[in-house]
Amino acid sequence: MSASSSGQGSLVKGPRWLTAHALAVFAFLYLPIAILILYSFNGQGVGGFPPRDLTLNWYRILFNDGPIWDSVLNSLMVAFAAMLIALVFGIPAALALDRAQFPGKALFRRLVLLPLILPGIITGLSLLMLFRVADVKLSLFTIVLGHGTALISVATTEVFAGLQKLNRAQEEASLDLGATYWQTFWRITVPNLKLSIIGAALLIFTLSMDEIAVSFFLIGRDNTLPLEIWGRLRRGITPEINAISTIIFVFSLIAIVVWYRLRTRAEVTPEIGAELVETADH
Amino acid sequence: MATTSEPAATTSSQPSSASLLSIRSVAKHFGKNVVLRDISLEIAEGEFLTILGESGSGKTTLLRILAGFEQSTSGEVWMSGERLDTEPPYRRRVNTVFQSYALFPHMTVEQNVGYGLSIAKRPAAEIQSRLAEALAKVKMSAYAKSKPSKISGGQQQRIALARALVNRPRLLLLDEPLSALDANLRRQMQVELKALQREVGITFIFVTHDQEEAMVMSDRIALLRSGELEQVASPREIYNRPATSYTAQFIGHTNLLDADVRQGTAICSALKWPTAMPDGAALFSLRPECIRPASTTSATVALPTKSATVRFTAKLRDQAFHGATDLLRVESDGGLILTIRTASRDLPNSEARLEFEFSAADAIPVRATSLASNSEERH
Amino acid sequence: MFSRAYRTAVTVPPLVWVAVFLLVPYLLMFCYSFWSVSDSGTIVHSWNLDNYKELLTKPVYWQTLLRSMWIAARVMFFSMLLGYPLAYFLSFHAGGRKDLYYQLVIIPLWVSYLVRAYAWKTILGTDGVLNTLLQYVHATRHPLDFLLYSPFAVVLTLTHIYTPFTFLPIYASLEHIPRNLVEASHDLGATPQQTFWRVIFPLSIPGVLAGATFAFVLSLGDFLAPLLLGGPSGIMISNIVVSLFGAAYNWPLGASISLCMLAIVIGLLFFSERLEKKWSFS
Repeated sequence: MSASSSGQGSLVKGPRWLTAHALAVFAFLYLPIAILILYSFNGQGVGGFPPRDLTLNWYRILFNDGPIWDSVLNSLMVAFAAMLIALVFGIPAALALDRAQFPGKALFRRLVLLPLILPGIITGLSLLMLFRVADVKLSLFTIVLGHGTALISVATTEVFAGLQKLNRAQEEASLDLGATYWQTFWRITVPNLKLSIIGAALLIFTLSMDEIAVSFFLIGRDNTLPLEIWGRLRRGITPEINAISTIIFVFSLIAIVVWYRLRTRAEVTPEIGAELVETADH
Repeated sequence: MATTSEPAATTSSQPSSASLLSIRSVAKHFGKNVVLRDISLEIAEGEFLTILGESGSGKTTLLRILAGFEQSTSGEVWMSGERLDTEPPYRRRVNTVFQSYALFPHMTVEQNVGYGLSIAKRPAAEIQSRLAEALAKVKMSAYAKSKPSKISGGQQQRIALARALVNRPRLLLLDEPLSALDANLRRQMQVELKALQREVGITFIFVTHDQEEAMVMSDRIALLRSGELEQVASPREIYNRPATSYTAQFIGHTNLLDADVRQGTAICSALKWPTAMPDGAALFSLRPECIRPASTTSATVALPTKSATVRFTAKLRDQAFHGATDLLRVESDGGLILTIRTASRDLPNSEARLEFEFSAADAIPVRATSLASNSEERH
Repeated sequence: MFSRAYRTAVTVPPLVWVAVFLLVPYLLMFCYSFWSVSDSGTIVHSWNLDNYKELLTKPVYWQTLLRSMWIAARVMFFSMLLGYPLAYFLSFHAGGRKDLYYQLVIIPLWVSYLVRAYAWKTILGTDGVLNTLLQYVHATRHPLDFLLYSPFAVVLTLTHIYTPFTFLPIYASLEHIPRNLVEASHDLGATPQQTFWRVIFPLSIPGVLAGATFAFVLSLGDFLAPLLLGGPSGIMISNIVVSLFGAAYNWPLGASISLCMLAIVIGLLFFSERLEKKWSFS
């Protein structure tokens, strides 16, 4: 540690206002979520202070709500398929960026990563035009294509970051010991990138479950969960939405814990943050 | 190459019968950067050859070309009469011990060592027995189930070695495998490695920047400088008969004497000795230990005698204690500074005039090469 | 070390995917922006600049664009105001709790965007949580109606959503500052404050730029928060695009606006990349 003379204790404690500020920001971030959860148990509906008549009634209504669960199922299918697409194309893209040279590589990198920072409306609309011109009927399938395309960027950044930490001599050693490129990929490259790949998969899955801006334009007859919620919000607010949101929140928390456990088993680094810097960089 | 102990490779398509590996006019360019130029080298079956060179000399690149991780820009590599350099790394019967070992962190020691055999789809029983044998050979049987991160650097080194040797390669490449170890362990591993090589009889190509290590272990040393072979010879020969000033300076210490030859006599400052070199400027290498205190006192100074022992007097400038030996720095009459290695003993204080001698045969004529001028006379 | 076959195998599939689902759609959007729509509602494939002329001549478009940028700028400013000190607190003063706090900032990111916007709606509404609370404690007799359906609500909600996004890259860049630089600064007699302004802050600028770009760009393209909370005065440029692609049915005009947004986004990315290069010393 540093010299503790010149008011250096502050390096650890910090000025009091900084602590207060941090507390305030956390309150700001969590207050709406807390209220959301709280009012899912409120018998009098959303709003109205103080909350009264605590009840599980909204959950009961929710569990008998067919369209919601249909949309949940749709979202799960979409998220799974989008995750597969994003991984199947995003992992090779990261490998290509890491180890191949080809004309147009700079453009390729920018294009792949662009959807990460681009407002969803542009991705959604441009794909809508593509499907219109190609005469593809809008359906869950077009949403899968949209999510897959937008989220390749996530797979690519995660895996690319993993590749930077991978000691290439390991792959050389494998080739040296007689494994082909294909065998080396499965036996050395993938196991070494396991954390990045799982992290990317979880992230893609969650982002797809939550995605609305792209889906908004590519939706066919069947709704995803966010679009179902959106449709109901347009009609008015009901604590049923608080209830389903609370359930999603709990599942997200479980996903975070799983993800975090995996990360801590290796090394915890502010990975996403570093990637955001990277991405804005490209 | 100018002075190699073996004849440089010919351009005939058949390598000599004793030769395992034949490197023929291999060059490697990275863009405009020439890393290797025109390397030709024959390596015999069962030989321990060291490629010695400073960082940036191209030694690792040469090794990577042999392993198959780099493609040479021009030239060919043959092994046992078959073209090697067109094969992908995984089809070469060549294995590598990597500088940082490159052990697979997600596999146990056993899985690491068994990797090549399992890739080759050997029967389980054979894998088991060869695995056990390999681990025993490097004294690591007790660690079979450990992960590489749980064992020490020296142990990782042994595992890397076992992982390569268990495949019974024709040729083993070692890329500075000892550089990560501390000095004592390093010396111990040098001996072990050399013994292991004799035992298994596999050809080793060992890359290092450490000339002492090269001297201790090798059958032959190939000294690489700026992408060119400076000299290829046995340690004894390369030390005793360096071909160039660079070799003389890089391997051990030396005094470089910039002499003028006239009618069979080399003259450098106040020193004169007989030589077979033609008239003109010539460079000689004189090892510090070849100069010794004169056996009998004599008044004659720096005169060539019949026994071709050269005597001279010099003032002592510095004395450094090196254990068994002392390194002296003396200034001869005429102002020539020489380094001398003698048995340790107390000498009179500085400014003392002392007499030294060396035998003319120890002054080895060398071609002038140095790092500064790497584009001197080429043929 | 990688063979040509390997490099081809990892390059071609993602390249094809990206070409079909990103490059072609953007080009299509470009084409559409020069087309027009006939009275009978079909797309006329004749090339002209009419759409762009309309954008320049009708104030509603560029006024809305300016308002969107103003909203985005405010979101950027407030998320920075909340995110930077928080990141600094975590990186330099949180001690052993750093990882826990870090996760606490991340968790809201996993709560659905839509759900968070909805939560604010239930808080800010006329009979929402805040108004009923104020009436309950007799702070006000009549509900405050400026809270919801105003640019204020949009800025507040988007700030809530994008603060973690700005936090992440800033935190990452602060974490990358070697601690011995801070110690050296103290050693050379700088106070904590001087150290912050002369060492820490300059080195964190790449993260600040990345975070700012994120907040600005993503807010600029948002259309759901304005629909949900903005009211007539909170309409943003994307809402116009949405209506042009929907009820108003003028895809070409919508495409030309989207393309302008795309150009602004790419220009900003380019600009921030240049700045970042200037400020990164690694």
